[in-house]
This record gives sequence, structure tokens and C-alpha cells, in this order.
Amino acid sequence: MKRKIRVLIAKPGLDGHDRGAKVVAKALRDAGMEVIYTGLRQTPEQIVKTAIQEDVDLIGLSILSGAHMNICKKLLQLMKENEIENTPVFVGGIIPTDDAEELKKMGIKEVFGPGTSLTLIVEKIRELFSEVEA
Amino acid sequence: MKQLLEKLEKKDIKALAKLITYVENNPGIDIVDKLPTKGAKIIGFTGSPGAGKSTLVNSVISTLRNKGYSVGVIAIDPSSPFTGGAFLGDRIRMKNHFLDDKVFIRSMSSGNSLGGLNESVFDVIKLMDAFGFDYVLIETVGAGQSEVDIVYVSDIVVLVLSPGSGDEIQLLKSGIMEIGDIYVVNKSDLDGADYLKSYLEAIFSISNKRKPIIKTIATSNSGVEELVKTIDLLLKEFHKNGEIKIRRERRLKKHAESIITRKIKEELSSLEVTGSINTVVKNVLKRLCDSF
Repeated sequence: MKRKIRVLIAKPGLDGHDRGAKVVAKALRDAGMEVIYTGLRQTPEQIVKTAIQEDVDLIGLSILSGAHMNICKKLLQLMKENEIENTPVFVGGIIPTDDAEELKKMGIKEVFGPGTSLTLIVEKIRELFSEVEA
Repeated sequence: MKQLLEKLEKKDIKALAKLITYVENNPGIDIVDKLPTKGAKIIGFTGSPGAGKSTLVNSVISTLRNKGYSVGVIAIDPSSPFTGGAFLGDRIRMKNHFLDDKVFIRSMSSGNSLGGLNESVFDVIKLMDAFGFDYVLIETVGAGQSEVDIVYVSDIVVLVLSPGSGDEIQLLKSGIMEIGDIYVVNKSDLDGADYLKSYLEAIFSISNKRKPIIKTIATSNSGVEELVKTIDLLLKEFHKNGEIKIRRERRLKKHAESIITRKIKEELSSLEVTGSINTVVKNVLKRLCDSF
């Protein structure tokens, strides 16, 4: 039986703009993946615990509050402490190009800015998944 | 695999999560059969979409946690019959418990089963029981009228209803209305809650059955203490009158049946009948023959 890709879509921080997260979640669902949506205002601790319990293959963060640097740093650090640092993390939202570079250096696998097509996101996520599986 | 099972005994959360993924992806592999049963109480919650199942489960978790019990939750949402994908969103209602180490929440998709439960749910329950949770709460997909499989997996079924879902004729129909051991009228602060309760009482009086009806408002925990108390009382009664044994036998039987059905389906798909079905479909469309 072919394994389904399980993705966590999380919304950390204090912004309440979750339309993007929902659009991406629905696109991944329609691409045949299982999407677990955490809802608004999650702390990095909550996201890591959820990722462990749900045993997800990838974690997606939607951040539009401008706090992406701090949140991602904290999340990656907690993932390391909990030994799930091999789970790829991708970020979507309003992220300045310079910051996107920094995030990738930090260990974020992909950064999807405004205007990214859903087809591309699905494709990239499949790629990331097959890299981990290999 | 052996390593994971050993870790499970040491109550390693990550091992439990990985094992659940494993049994979900490999139906029919008997890694759970040798695990010990620790007697977790298995409570099923079912009801129509939006009746407040997740919120009620959230509130039940709080009550059980206040009493010091550990809780495993299996929250099931539907898979798409077209793409196989799923949006699993029950967890959102259970945010209060994300950081609690004694609460383990796992979202599952229903797969392609029709009864509202994924076959691997039997194994996931066994894993959670072996892990040592005091309670395992199962939340079904939003059920319509005929998704009654929850009855086969749980010790007790809580049927969650809310006002505004029809008159007493709906309550007389077969299927889901028959499977509750406890009936919850949720959102009981809304208009129509008292009507719903009296409809239920009327139906029970016709059928000469007495089942507990509890009014709750899940968002404010109102009535949930009483619900938990009723669950425990009923479980005790079931233990005394042997009902629990009957139900566990029924569960084993159903599990066996679902394994057999899957195997038959696998056999069927390996027969490659789909090719000939396509030709038949074409011929029927061209009116060269009929569907028989």
C-alpha cells in the first residue's frame, strides 16, 4: 500500500490571517495528502508536540506577523531537542527576500512567498517528502 | 520494530506515534497481538457534523484530567473518496491539552471504509491500551444516518445531538439513533434543546427503554461532569451484567470480518477485472447491451 504524506499546517504567533494556511491545506488535501491543521496562535512548543503525536512527515508554518525569524529559530531548536530535526519545515507568508535566505541557512527547507502557485507548492512538498523517505 | 515495541512499554510517546503510523500503513501486520491489554476504558463519540463532538471530547478530557486520569484520543475525519486526501481538523478544538503529557491526540482519516471508521482503528486502540492510557476516547467522522461502526470498537457509545437537526421522526429512524448508550443534547443553551430532550424521552417511552439523556454546553463544560459520571456508572453496570464481555467479543468478530473483507478486496483488485468493466461500460453506453 502506498504511504500517504502527512503534513502539519501550523499557524504560530499572534496574527489571525489564516486564509493562506487554509488555501494551502486544501490544496494539499486535494493532492491526496493528509493535512492536520492546528488552528490559530500556536506556540513552537505546541507545534512540536503536535508533530510528534501526529507523526507527520512535514511541517508547514504560515506566518504573516513579521515574527518569522524568532519563531523559526525557536521551533528548529525545539525540534532538535526532541530529536525530530529530520522532519522538513517549510514556511509561507510575508517573508522579505533577505530573511528568506537567512531562514534557509537556519534550516528551513522552503520559503513560499505571495504569488507562489499551489502546483509548485505541492510539487516541492512531494520532493521534500521523497528526500526524507530515501 | 522490536525496538519501538520495547520503547512503547517504557511509555515513549514517539514510539507510540511511530507504531500508529506503522499499523495505519500496513494493515494486517500483527505486531499488536502480543501486546498486553491494560484495560483502558474505550469511549466512542459520534453524531452529525457540527454537533459539537470535538468540543465535547475536549471538555471530557479536561474533566478526566482533573481526576488525574491519562487520556488517549483518536479523532477521525473523512478521507476524500476521489483523491484519498484528508483535512484533519478535530484537533483544533482540543488546543487546551496540546502541552499536557498525559494527553495524546492522534488524528486519523477514515480511509475508504463506509462505516465511519478506518480498519486500523482496532490496532490503534490496542496500542493506546498497551501504552497504558486510563481512557481512550474515539471521535468518529461526522456521522449521517448509517455510520454505526463505532458500536463495534467501543465499550460505550455517546451519541451527540444538537438542537435544530429535525423533528422526532428523525429520531425514530434506524441506524445511528439506535447505537447510543448515552444521549447528549449538546448546545443546550440554544432554542429547541428542551424539545429535543422531550422527543428523546418520548421515543424511549415507546420502545420501553431507558437511556440516560444529558444536556451539555461543551464550550463552557456545563453538564460534562455529569456525563463523565454517567459513563463511569454505566461502565460499572456493563461489567456487572456481562455486557462488556459481549461487546468485546463483538469487537473481535468485527475486526476479523474487516480483515477478511480487505483480503477479498485485495484479491478482487488483483484479478484485473477493471479492464473488462471498462469495455462493458462502453458497450452499455452505446446501448449494445444492458448492465447485467
